[in-house]
Amino acid sequence: MSVLVGAKSRVLVQGMGKHGTFHAIGCREYGTNVVGGVTPGKGGTTVEGFPLFNTVEEAVRKTGADVSMVFVPPPGAADAIMEAADAGIPLVVCITEGVPTLDMVRAAAFLEGRPVRLIGPNCPGIISPGEKCKVGIMPGHIHRGGPVGVVSRSGTLTYEAVNQLTALGIGQSTCIGIGGDPIIGTNHTDALRLFNDDPGTQAIVMIGEIGGSAEEEAAAFVKQSVRKPVVGFIAGQTAPPGRRMGHAGAIIAGGKGTAEEKMKAMAAAGIHVVKSPADIGAAVAEVLPTR
Amino acid sequence: MKVHEYQAKALLSSFGVPVPRGKVAYTADEAVEVGKELGFPVVVKAQIHAGGRGKGGGVKLARSAEEVESIAKAMLGMRLRTHQTGPEGRIVRRLLVEQGMDLGGSREMYLAMVVDRARESPVFMASAQGGMDIEEVAAKDPKAILVETVHPAAGWQPFQARKLAFGLGLPVSTLAKAVPFMQAIHRAFEALDASLLEINPFLMTKDGALLALDAKLNLDDNALYRHPELKELRDFDEEDPLEVEASKHGLNYIKLEGGEVGCMVNGAGLAMATMDIIMLAGGRPANFLDVGGGANAEQIRNAFRILLADPDVKAVLINIFGGILRCDVLAEGVIAAVRELGVKVPVVIRMKGNNEEKGKAMLRDSGLNFTTADDMTEAAKRVVGAAKGGP
Repeated sequence: MSVLVGAKSRVLVQGMGKHGTFHAIGCREYGTNVVGGVTPGKGGTTVEGFPLFNTVEEAVRKTGADVSMVFVPPPGAADAIMEAADAGIPLVVCITEGVPTLDMVRAAAFLEGRPVRLIGPNCPGIISPGEKCKVGIMPGHIHRGGPVGVVSRSGTLTYEAVNQLTALGIGQSTCIGIGGDPIIGTNHTDALRLFNDDPGTQAIVMIGEIGGSAEEEAAAFVKQSVRKPVVGFIAGQTAPPGRRMGHAGAIIAGGKGTAEEKMKAMAAAGIHVVKSPADIGAAVAEVLPTR
Repeated sequence: MKVHEYQAKALLSSFGVPVPRGKVAYTADEAVEVGKELGFPVVVKAQIHAGGRGKGGGVKLARSAEEVESIAKAMLGMRLRTHQTGPEGRIVRRLLVEQGMDLGGSREMYLAMVVDRARESPVFMASAQGGMDIEEVAAKDPKAILVETVHPAAGWQPFQARKLAFGLGLPVSTLAKAVPFMQAIHRAFEALDASLLEINPFLMTKDGALLALDAKLNLDDNALYRHPELKELRDFDEEDPLEVEASKHGLNYIKLEGGEVGCMVNGAGLAMATMDIIMLAGGRPANFLDVGGGANAEQIRNAFRILLADPDVKAVLINIFGGILRCDVLAEGVIAAVRELGVKVPVVIRMKGNNEEKGKAMLRDSGLNFTTADDMTEAAKRVVGAAKGGP
């Protein structure tokens, strides 16, 4: 079992440049049903066997795509997200790194109230290994199908955690990279809710990092609603204050944002918090109800 | 990207925000010229990218040309230390010479705009307690900070400006100035793609005039591509030379004080986690270095060179999870760098993922002295031991 993407997903790629095409091929080789790409002006042609369309609306009409993976470069990324939402695509995964924050403010407002979920931007994507569906840039071969849901703000750190799980013979239901930007579509709490409701997920790994207060909010949700074991890690225990967060941004969070505070909030909510990133896999092995 | 106060004020002024008259000066002679032009008294303000300058001796009043000259001479080249610069301080290279303001009977308040993650929108923040660090106000009395969210589509509304003005206790007679003042701040924030715009103190003079007495402006790095004119405002003297060098090669490097283990990692999350595991192994990381998801051999070579240019580094840990960046490409870059630079410190390499075996074989066959490790814990223990002079 999986969440968000699975064997039936029909994936469209927005931004079939060099980067987008490379990863479209990677996803197809993994087993994903990539139904085509959108590059304005290239409609009617094909690249690497993928049919191209001028607009998302046309692509949806002709292919029945229900997931979009966005590789459009930063100046057009927010526009691409909004185009996908306007065309009725229920799940948009934006891989693009470097989208201006105020563009995301407008995109988030545009998506509000529409039946669409955004993952990212600045994320590695989503993978459901048991159903051979990869919508993102992660190395597919380190994953295997199984009962653990993974949600993370980081890319390579997620691969590290997945690799530990797989090495211990523990597979994953779905891994969701929610992205490292200040404004993102799906946060930790949203992902935890999906995993909590998924009968195929028996345990959850939550990987956060310093800044903002999404992990604290997720911890409150776990305490209140999640009845599956959760293993947590926060990256940035040694990060110096003030280097990444804007000075006034930290105020609204009211003193929240450090690794220590996040880990404390998570532990208080019953999450199994590991101090070392090398212990994530072992901690899951301990809490997993059935093996 | 941060800009200087004088640059921020010039930008704000162009959007209609009232600021004191003033000009930048790079030499004492220039400062005297500006002083004569403005008329005395003037205020001489050291321009560095850090707050708390007044307490550190970086803001002085001058009543005559002679005083401007002696103050400017003392300030230019001085190492200014404030609670935001750290103990090493910053060298002062530019001054802002401004008209002296009569602060008698005036009120100092706080006004800022910032993008708030939770609200997914820019917000205004205001406080009647100006001139002090807003963090302090937030810690002591969070209710003293008024917050208004800017609607992403409708924008900033006059009623919101009035709410803040009344909340700050401004007299009704200043409303006609306060509303356009905040509208100008909002226009500047949006047009410049700012991430932070802080007016502290936000001054009301005894005559009821409103003025940005100080200004701090941070710009969204992701949006600089559409503001080529703002890129010119970057002051490389204000940044660590190694950080500047790294940014030229598309690398994200941050020097950390007091560390001895240099680290090179792909991905920001894994880079932070690697710093954490070095600490858990009893060492201290000397830097954060993210080479990014798709680094090539040339970037790896440059990253290695930057890492080793830091004299504090006693040993190096390379931790790569090969996704798009393959392990063999990493190995190629590291081997080239070590051959070229003649590295004197121990290097521990841990790599996983795509083409892992090929990369390991390349390291083994290079004839160079690398220590390899299979998992992160082992790698961290080895590098910390090596940094402390162990085997």
